[in-house]
Formats: sequence, structure tokens, C-alpha cells
Amino acid sequence: MAADTSATPPPEAAIAGLDNLDAVPRQAKGRFWAKAWSASWPKLLALGLALAIWQLIHLSGYKSQILPGPAQTLPDLWNQLHHALLWQAVGITLRRALIGFALALVIGLVVGGLVSRIKPLRAGVGSLITALQTLPSIVWVPFGIILFGANTTAILFVIVMTAAPAIANGLIAGADYLPPLLLRAGKTMGLRRLSLYRHLIMPATLPAFVTGLKQGWAFGWHGLIAGEVVVIILGQPSLGVLLSNDQDQSDMAGAISIIIVILAIGIVVDMLFNVVNGRIRRRWGVAEGASNG
Amino acid sequence: MSIDARRVTPLEPVPGASARTGTDAPAGPAIQISEVSKSFGRGDGALLALDQISLTVAPGEFVTLIGASGCGKSTLLNLVAGLDQPTAGEVSAGGRQVALMFQESALFPWLSAARNIEMPMRAAGVPRAQRRERVAELLDIVHLSAFAGKQPHQLSGGMRQRVALARALAQDAEVLLMDEPFGALDAMTRDLLHEVLEGIWRRRQLTILFVTHEVREAVRLGDRVVLLSSRPGRVIGEFPVEFGRPRGMDDTKTVELAIKIKARLREEVVRHGS
Repeated sequence: MAADTSATPPPEAAIAGLDNLDAVPRQAKGRFWAKAWSASWPKLLALGLALAIWQLIHLSGYKSQILPGPAQTLPDLWNQLHHALLWQAVGITLRRALIGFALALVIGLVVGGLVSRIKPLRAGVGSLITALQTLPSIVWVPFGIILFGANTTAILFVIVMTAAPAIANGLIAGADYLPPLLLRAGKTMGLRRLSLYRHLIMPATLPAFVTGLKQGWAFGWHGLIAGEVVVIILGQPSLGVLLSNDQDQSDMAGAISIIIVILAIGIVVDMLFNVVNGRIRRRWGVAEGASNG
Repeated sequence: MSIDARRVTPLEPVPGASARTGTDAPAGPAIQISEVSKSFGRGDGALLALDQISLTVAPGEFVTLIGASGCGKSTLLNLVAGLDQPTAGEVSAGGRQVALMFQESALFPWLSAARNIEMPMRAAGVPRAQRRERVAELLDIVHLSAFAGKQPHQLSGGMRQRVALARALAQDAEVLLMDEPFGALDAMTRDLLHEVLEGIWRRRQLTILFVTHEVREAVRLGDRVVLLSSRPGRVIGEFPVEFGRPRGMDDTKTVELAIKIKARLREEVVRHGS
């Protein structure tokens, strides 16, 4: 064809040039320790600040008979860490947390899945779930004790009632924000029913779902400790029980030690969620604030 | 025949992906739109988007659709793609596999370029080894082999549209519907993508229905420019593009025809001003 032999060069060369200009330069990946250090020094600084403020309050003499300083409390914590009782309590509390969270996960998935799929449910039950989330976790403790008695079931009930709404809400939010264009694209390329769920809806809702999980964990953890402080089961030392004992004995150093342990567990779990969340966000391109067309 | 003959690499028909067998295209027009109307809503509040539109596109033809806002261009493409049903009339692609491309790439952000291209084949149940081979081939066609592992947010707008094009081709489609696919791109990228698209269209003997609001783009690409009215959408003019390819957006002939079409388009818009 004569027309094809005109002077226009093939587009490949120009395209390659534009692509190389457009390509996002590879960001230098720091070494593991360098990254770990840059992530942890602000936290260490904050910790140091908190200890300093605590020490200052102690030095100021405010309720110095009752309120111990770090110098009295930290050795107490160190001692407790060397006793089997604390570790037994941590074990029991964590086991409850895991079982309760697993139950909440199943219930949250079922409820969230149904509500996000069925329109009338979405309008009515959706707002009810959000309302549930605003309830302080402690209100479920009497409810659980009356319903199940002062036992582990009551505590698990509190976890489920506080964690499940957040998990369900995460799923619903994810489904709400599923871009209609992606759905259209998925349908034109032949994704149907199961494959549509597997390849599009589930991965698309993942970031919102993980956020819901993280929130559910935080709420469930609140509920769990609240429940444990009230529901004391013989032969089952838990973090809540230890805290309650310290209260009975007016052992402030002991109480603060337990609070520090509870805080530490909360921070570790939160960090795990953040790792997962960060990985997802980077992959989705949300982290850099990059828009995706 | 063509100087591109060496690069012609007809893809194997994909089992299960379409009813296509060999190179024999089904007889008859590739797209047949007969007296199609589409309204949204019911009763007094109903909005008539398309009003008795008829349009026939022959196999291998490149038709560009142009119109002002509210002409129902996207609605029409949805009907041809089978994503929506007409209120009256009939739409048919003769059982051909139809792929759809949008102004936004609509790539899955959690998948790499290669995995995005692979997705229609996963949906169709193509075996893994075959998928991999075809993805490599498609990446090469859109000149993105070096970017196979990149996530969409790491790619430029033009690159994302090429991934979307490759993904559409991965459906083994004979009919390609494009809804302002280059509308958000800078002029240079768009010009280059015109060349890429034209090359693919010719080599694969695709039938393309291409919606745009850029009149010169319509003339640059189309064998025929179809003009739609607004609210409701009707076909109010057809302009065959009689000069040969390759064409440029700024060629005298392109510009001359574009001016003619723009004048007609303007009449249509003025009609709505009174």
C-alpha cells in the first residue's frame, strides 16, 4: 500500500520515549534496620517523654502517698514479668480475645455481607449497626452476665457485641465505595457471580474491610478488659482480674504495671494491623495519594 | 499485501472465550442497531435518552460517533455491550465477542499491568500457560513489555489506557466499543495512541465503534463519522471520510471535514438554546 510508506516513523520509538519520561522513578529501598529505626525513634521519644512527665508529676508531690513514680512501678512490672501468674493471665486474656474476635469476624462477615447485598436491609440495619458502634462496651457487661451468668461466655458475648458491628461496617463501607466503573468493567470482561466476587468485589473491598477489622479489634479489646474486670472466674486469672485485685489491695504500682501490659499488647496488635494495612494501601496506590484512572 | 504482513500474528481462538472458530467471521453486519429507543425512569419523569436510532456497522469498519452532551453516546455503547436493555428496538452484535473501553482505564488497582490483562482470560477459564503466553503477546502489541509488573498507579494515563486496550483485546473480541478512551490524555500521547489503535484495528480486522467529543479525532480515526443529536439522541448526519490513511489530526483534509461537521454540530446545539 502506497499510503503506508509515507514519512511518518512508526510510533514505537516515540512511545518508548514518552513512557520512560512518564515512568515513576524507582524509590530507593532503605535497608531493613534503617527503616525500622526511622519508624521507631519517634515512638521511643514519645515513650521517654511520657516517662519524664510521669516522673515530674511524682516529683511535684501530687498524691505522692498513692501515686508511685516510674522508679517504684517499673521494678514492680519487672517482678511481675518474672511470675507465672502474669503470663497465665496474659494467656487467658489473649485466648478469649482470639476466640471472641473470631466469632465477631464470622458474625460481622455474615451480617455485613447480607446488609451490603440486600437494599432494604442496607437502609434500615445499616444505620442500626452504626448506632451499635457508639454504645460504650461496658453496657454489654451486665447484659452478658444476666444472659449467660458470670462466666467466659459472658465475656465473649461482650467482645462480639463490640467488635462485630465494626467489622460488618467495614465490609459495608467497602461495598458502598466499590467504583461503579470497575463493576462495569468487570462485567464486560465476563466476570459473573462467583468470579465477580472472587476477582473484583472481594479484593476491591479489602482496604475498607481491614480498616473495619482493626477497629473491631480495638473495640473488642476494650470490651474484653471491661468484662474481665467485672466477671471474675475462680482459677482463671486474667489481666482484668489482676487489675481488679490490685484495685482491691490499693496496689497502684501493680495496677499501673497491668495497664502497661494491656497497653503493650494493644500497641503490638495495632502495629500488626498497620503492617497489613500499609502493604494493601501501597499496592492499591492509595499510600502515595496517586490517583488511578 | 500490507507492509505489516510480517507482524500479523493471528491469535489462536480461545476455547470457551467466544463462539469464534477460525478466521471465518459470521456473515452480516458486525453491529446492527435497529430503531433503538432507551428511556430512563417511568411516567412523566422519564428521560428519553435515545430515540429510534438505527446504525449498521460492517465487519472491520471503524465508525466514530460524535455528539454534544446528552446525546446518549455512552447509553448506546452500553446497549451494544449488552450491559443494558433497550426500551424499544433491537441491538445485535451478531453473537460476536464485544469488548468495552472507557475514558478512565478502569484497571483493577490491586493487580499489575500483566495481571489486569490476564483477567478476562481468567474469567473465561483459559489455562494458565496459555494465559501467560497471550499476556506477553498483548503487552508487546501495546509496547508495554517493560512495564508488565507495574501497578496501575505507577503508570501514566496513556500507559494505563494501553493496558486497558490490551485487556480489551484479551477478551478475544471482534467488536471494540470505545467511550472517549483518549479524552483525558495530552495531545502527543493521544496522537501516538491513535497510531497504535489504527495499527491494531487493521492487523486484527476489528470492528470499532468509537465515541468522542473531539471532532478532529473522529475524522482522524473513522471510516465514517456519525453525528448524534442531543436529548434525545438521534442520528442526524453521517459523514464518510473518503481520504486515505494514515491521517493526521492537523492534516488539511481532516481539518476541512471537521469544520463541516462542527458547523452541523453547532446548529444542533443552537437548537437547544432557544
